Amino acid sequence: MSKIHVTTTVNGDEVEFLCDPRETVLDVLRDRLGMTGTKEGCGTGDCGACSITLDGRLVCSCLVLGVEAEGREIATVEGIATGEDLHPLQQKFIEYAALQCGICTPGILVATKALLEKNPDPTETEVRYWLAGNLCRCTGYDKIIRAVMDTAADMREAS
Amino acid sequence: MALDNTKSTGFTHVGTTPDRPDGVDKVTGRARFGADITAPGMLHAAIVRSPHAHARIKRIDTSKAEALAGVKGVVTRADFATGLTGENWNILENVMAGDTALYDGHAVAAVAATSSLIARDAAKLVVVEYEPLPHVTDVDKAMAADAPVIREGAADTSVPKGLHPNVVRYHESGHGDVEAGFAEADLVVEDHFKTEATHQGYIEPHACLGTLGGDGKGELWCCTQGHWNVQKICAALLGLETANLRVTASEIGGGFGGKTAVFIEPVALALARKTNKPVKLVMPRADVFKATGPTASTSMDIKIGMKKDGTITAAQGTFRLQGGAFPGAPCEFTAMCAFAPYALKNVRQVGYDVMSNRPKQAAYRAPGSPMAAFAVESVIDELCNRLDLDPIETRLKNASKKGTKASFGPTFDRIGLVETLEAAKAHPHYCAPLKPGQGRGISCGFWFNHGGETAVSLALSEDGTAQLAVGTPDIGGSRASMALMAAEELGIPYENIRVTIADTATLGYNEVSHGSRVTYASGLATIQAARDAVKKLCGRAAAKWGIPEDAVKWENGCAVPSGPNAGDFDPLPIAEITKRMGATGGPIVGHFEATPEGAGVSFATHIVDAEVDPETGKTSVVRYTVVQDAGKAIHPTYVEGQFQGGAAQGIGWALNEEYIYGEDGRLQNALFLDYRIPVASDLPMIDTVIVEVPNPGHPYGVRGVGETSICPPLAAIANAVSAAAGVRLRQLPMSPPRILEALEQQRNG
Repeated sequence: MSKIHVTTTVNGDEVEFLCDPRETVLDVLRDRLGMTGTKEGCGTGDCGACSITLDGRLVCSCLVLGVEAEGREIATVEGIATGEDLHPLQQKFIEYAALQCGICTPGILVATKALLEKNPDPTETEVRYWLAGNLCRCTGYDKIIRAVMDTAADMREAS
Repeated sequence: MALDNTKSTGFTHVGTTPDRPDGVDKVTGRARFGADITAPGMLHAAIVRSPHAHARIKRIDTSKAEALAGVKGVVTRADFATGLTGENWNILENVMAGDTALYDGHAVAAVAATSSLIARDAAKLVVVEYEPLPHVTDVDKAMAADAPVIREGAADTSVPKGLHPNVVRYHESGHGDVEAGFAEADLVVEDHFKTEATHQGYIEPHACLGTLGGDGKGELWCCTQGHWNVQKICAALLGLETANLRVTASEIGGGFGGKTAVFIEPVALALARKTNKPVKLVMPRADVFKATGPTASTSMDIKIGMKKDGTITAAQGTFRLQGGAFPGAPCEFTAMCAFAPYALKNVRQVGYDVMSNRPKQAAYRAPGSPMAAFAVESVIDELCNRLDLDPIETRLKNASKKGTKASFGPTFDRIGLVETLEAAKAHPHYCAPLKPGQGRGISCGFWFNHGGETAVSLALSEDGTAQLAVGTPDIGGSRASMALMAAEELGIPYENIRVTIADTATLGYNEVSHGSRVTYASGLATIQAARDAVKKLCGRAAAKWGIPEDAVKWENGCAVPSGPNAGDFDPLPIAEITKRMGATGGPIVGHFEATPEGAGVSFATHIVDAEVDPETGKTSVVRYTVVQDAGKAIHPTYVEGQFQGGAAQGIGWALNEEYIYGEDGRLQNALFLDYRIPVASDLPMIDTVIVEVPNPGHPYGVRGVGETSICPPLAAIANAVSAAAGVRLRQLPMSPPRILEALEQQRNG
């Protein structure tokens, strides 16, 4: 099957790739662009480990075809920190031990960053429902929710 | 037996909560997990799996697959070692079927190709001719006289005569006279319980990358809880010499016991050998559900007698565990854990390991114990209700303590069950008012914990920093605990210690990260390796000062004279000694190798409030408190994390999770949408209380904390549901349809 040429933007950089029409954005990021920060947990859109934003909208990259990325803007976990400086969410996740194994963490960080951009003052219930599509099997979510709530409070104070 | 040089107070680093050393890697996407690695020229593999629950494999035709452009090799059972026996044979049979497919999803062939899409296409072109056979997937049906036999001759010598050939192991233990004990009771409750198989549900599917040349030398990268075990098994299954296969553990995206087993690694290596290229193999999620190890399903009968004052007079349990198409379901653990929290004069437990047409079970967090606790603690709750007794006071009255002869044989050393019960009783949760429709449940839980083979090496750098190499993959922050313990002994900053998970070529054998053993055993070894390094550091200082080695002691990262008679010398900091290592005797490396056997057992008490919606049958957990004995919490935040994670998995097991097999013996819910693990909106915050009753078998008193937390939730929630809705569920999960059915039965009297 012939491959298709795609031009897109990933974390602000323009990139080009050739992909099979059956390949997902997740496949492209990991296998063609070498960006393995985005994880595959299920391939069916049920676990959220592959969360990215596409033109600012939170999506499961396993449910978007690579060819659909043409002309779009993709943001992944690799783009959250600025140089050496971690995003407040990243810092708080480490400080609060909001990760144990860390496989769901990239997706959860992408998802929560998207949440706080939409809603800087979410309630605990809002955070829990926003993250209901991001499975974590290690933590029971307690420390994740606390990290998100406290980061939101810090960011509100700082702004 | 207490160890020399134990320390229980006055810690500088232990008990603090610094950031984990691998934190930045894990929040930036830099950490490399199983599927995150590539090799030049590598191929991608896909596995062909049986669609039948039980079928004879008559013929495998790989010619069409091999003819597809991009396909470089196909393997079947013929590409693996022959003549294996015992567990190696079982593992090979599970990794790649021989003449019979034993369950839906059993591997029968594998393909390597230049892309994963081609590999997947080629897998569909492998033609397998099956002759379907009768199948059985339920534990009670698998023991019945008319059940199809999974494999003749699989039973070991423990099995009494007259049982079905699917019963492959038998366990019996206890003491006293249970019949006499039941006769003394004021009330005897006897009930039957069932639990379904659940999956560990780690979010990272199994993944590996292997190379193996015609010279028999190979390299393997994989996500595993224990790479020496992978090395040993792969070498056996491929007919290699163990040392010629170097295995490196990737970061691991959850395991919970499920990654103590080997599933795809030998297949990748067989394909690598056949194609002479690196082969990457990543399991699709559906394959993870179908063909890795879920936990056993169970059928249990419990009988407990109690006096009016709450004294248990006798307890008896029969535990039947279905562990898939191979021996190994942990029936002895289930039986041995069942009554461990209680000091009993009369107790008897029997366990059966039963085969069926399901995947080979694997360990899942305290394997076997949660099911036993579900059954036993439900019956204790029923007894307390009917005798109008307080559930915590009753458990305290019967609680095991130091000197108690355990239900499974040995006499307990110092244990912390009473302390967890007292802490639960004192917790505000226990006396908080409940809203209408809510109920509160209590349960205790027990796990043995484990030591196991352990080797650690600690190398000092010229600037006085330390490189600690351990062999137990870091599943949940153990690098931080190791660094804290090394910092404590060396007297240097936590940040000055770099912890690496070494590969199999670098250290001696390390048992897998299981049995809640990492902070206990690798921690103990880290402490001893640091003490070994300190001894050598003191030796260098002694030589410099011209005084005997035993006249030097180590304080706050410096060598100092051990007393006024040793001489008057200024403290010599670690960096001053290591700077001159080369000229004063060579590199300084501390190491420790042992099989520590003093893992202290661990108990927990959980309190849970649940609310049952009578319209939908949905149960909501509205408040949850975990109280558990950690012995000594090295990094308390990660200890809390283990408590919370175990509780959350237990909540899933209790309320939602189950393997659902159809009449055709095929798994019907092999994806996260239908196998529903708890999501963030399902759970409340999970409160934790860390009890510290030191383990005499660890220098700082550590008890493993990873597993016990999953033991009480099943029963605690069942007891809360019973209190909330007035119906007792004796089958898990307590899913909405089961709750509705129970409510309906109650309404109909």
